[in-house]
Amino acid sequence: MKNLPLLFCGIFFALAFSFVGLVLTSHIQLGSLTRTTETLVPSDDDPSIMVVSEGDPLYPPKSVGLAQQGKQEYISLGCMYCHSQQIRRADFGADIDRGWGPRQTVARDYIMQDRVLLGTMRTGPDLAHLGGRYAGDAGRDWNHLHLYNPQIVSKGSTMPPFAFLYETRKIDREVSTDALVFPPESRYGPEEGYEIIPTRRAVALVEYLLSLKINYSLPEAIIPE
Amino acid sequence: MPNSYNSSPYSSRSESVRAELSEIDTSIRSAAIFFVISAIGWLMLGTVFALLAAVKSHSPDFAGAFEFLTFGRVRSAHLNAMALGWASNIIFAVGLWIMARLCRAPIQHKGILLIAGIFWNIGLTIGVFGILSGDMTSVEWLEIPRYATPLLAFSYALIGVWGVIAFRFRKGDHVYVSQWYILAALFWFPWLYVVAQVMIIWFPARGVVQSVTNWWFAHNVLGLWFTPMALATAYYLIPKVLGRPIYSYYLSVLGFWSLAIFYNWAGIHHLIGGPIPVWLISAGIVASVMMVIPVIVVGINHHMSIVGMHKQVWRSPTLRFVVFGAISYTLVSIIGSSMALRTVNEITHFTHFTVGHAHHGVYAFFTMIMFGGVYYMMPRLLKCEWPSAGLIKVHFWGCAIGITIMVVALQVGGWIQGMEMKNAEIPFLQVVQNTIPWLKARSVSGLFLTVGHCAFALNFFWMLLAAGTLRAKEGPTLFANKSKEISVG
Repeated sequence: MKNLPLLFCGIFFALAFSFVGLVLTSHIQLGSLTRTTETLVPSDDDPSIMVVSEGDPLYPPKSVGLAQQGKQEYISLGCMYCHSQQIRRADFGADIDRGWGPRQTVARDYIMQDRVLLGTMRTGPDLAHLGGRYAGDAGRDWNHLHLYNPQIVSKGSTMPPFAFLYETRKIDREVSTDALVFPPESRYGPEEGYEIIPTRRAVALVEYLLSLKINYSLPEAIIPE
Repeated sequence: MPNSYNSSPYSSRSESVRAELSEIDTSIRSAAIFFVISAIGWLMLGTVFALLAAVKSHSPDFAGAFEFLTFGRVRSAHLNAMALGWASNIIFAVGLWIMARLCRAPIQHKGILLIAGIFWNIGLTIGVFGILSGDMTSVEWLEIPRYATPLLAFSYALIGVWGVIAFRFRKGDHVYVSQWYILAALFWFPWLYVVAQVMIIWFPARGVVQSVTNWWFAHNVLGLWFTPMALATAYYLIPKVLGRPIYSYYLSVLGFWSLAIFYNWAGIHHLIGGPIPVWLISAGIVASVMMVIPVIVVGINHHMSIVGMHKQVWRSPTLRFVVFGAISYTLVSIIGSSMALRTVNEITHFTHFTVGHAHHGVYAFFTMIMFGGVYYMMPRLLKCEWPSAGLIKVHFWGCAIGITIMVVALQVGGWIQGMEMKNAEIPFLQVVQNTIPWLKARSVSGLFLTVGHCAFALNFFWMLLAAGTLRAKEGPTLFANKSKEISVG
């Protein structure tokens, strides 16, 4: 190989080819996706065009303050190295059979996220729809106990404990309302006279986890009846 | 083989060639030694992180009270210490040295190269510290927080440009296959790194465009940065040590261009089944399968170059490592192409199988070849021999046994994990617990690798500190007894 301009052109175009083909093209195809309503209606001007239905809520929803802070904790602790946030279609893997979500996730589900955490590992279960699986106060309590030490509610799990997100303190007159409630006889509970309180970081993280929900349809991904 | 094929640092067939190479070696000596020392430092630190992460993966309470050592952080610290600390530093050392030698162009202004190298390592230290202290980005292969990455990019530019300058001022007409690989990789890596930083961290692209960019980048770190550098090293060392040319020039051309064209589309196979357009995934699968071409071509070329000289290969520390790496390249790439098939990927995706595959590539292929490169390069830079053949043996067997156990354990365990995960009848917790014995085997493999790395580091620093006194030793350090006929480095 002696023709050096040719060598360099080849080196340049090899990567330019995939840069354009994969990165720029997907940017062109997906970069302008917007929020939409669950179903589309024919446009008034031209009935052959489907448009968003005025007045219906737009999806995917925006993330709110505390959950947004919790996402920072999720990122900082590296949760995504064991937990994915994507549900594959019904006949590809057992994601839906395992109850990880009601439908497959699609590109539009992620457009409101400033950092997309699809993940590539399932050392633990998928979390795309965690908030749909553990809802309300019961879900909140379960997640706090599970974060404090997964063995309390999920014996034999290999997830590490995140007890450093909790504070052990002496009970002042009566037990605080936000103290963790351990199952009776649990060997992970605090000593007599002490209680375990989630720090602000733990509260935010659990709010983030509970906010992960695929409980809406999109025109291209409808939750089956 | 006749005795004339003697490639010890002091003797070459032509005296002028010897003088010229010696001048080039001198010009790059301080920078290359700095890069090797840094690389070994990161290798040892990365090994500590790896052991912690490995033990934590089956015993989650181990050191569980320390936030900075939580699994997500320590595994990311391990990855970055190894990819940017060990692998990239050793590329700077061995890759630039080979480039300078093949271009017959001594490195000018080596002080700038050295300073850029120091800044690279400072940036990386800040980055790894940032990961452990909670500033990581959680973007795979780009975990280093944004306050450290501009320093890394800037110092890379100052290091990489030295290879290009050497190439610009090369002597002679012929450009050898190793030079194409090194030149291309030096050019590809910064492009990938800057695009990924801009589109994911600084000005995030919308939604899953980030994920596409992420895997375009991350897979290409392996394919267009580590792989070409390791292949360049193998292409340089096999003929050098054996004293005969590479089997086929045309195969090396075909291997280079098919790699350049196919590899950089392949990364999308990490998103099979994911929420991105199916045509992107199909393109990724096609490219991954097409990778069979460069792999077979390079495999044939390397194999035919050493055929009939297996004794010499086995006796040479350099070639024992390089050939282990070259064989691993063929194996890991064929497995990789199969993993991109949808039916296989449905099982292996999201499991430890992929982790095993990553180590098969970066360690059994890339790292083993680079160890070989260091065994060849250091005697020429220091003009002295490796002090202990025994330690080299411990290094080789520790690493060879260790990585074999790791790859087998993670891939068998990962396959079982994938089969069980696909069956919704088996509770998820049961799937997790069934991986534990395999993860324990991985921790055992880590001990073997640690022993190998310690032997390597010990031998290296012994050689470095005792360079003066070892000079008098006769001939190169080999595995067989010295009275035998030929001496190969």
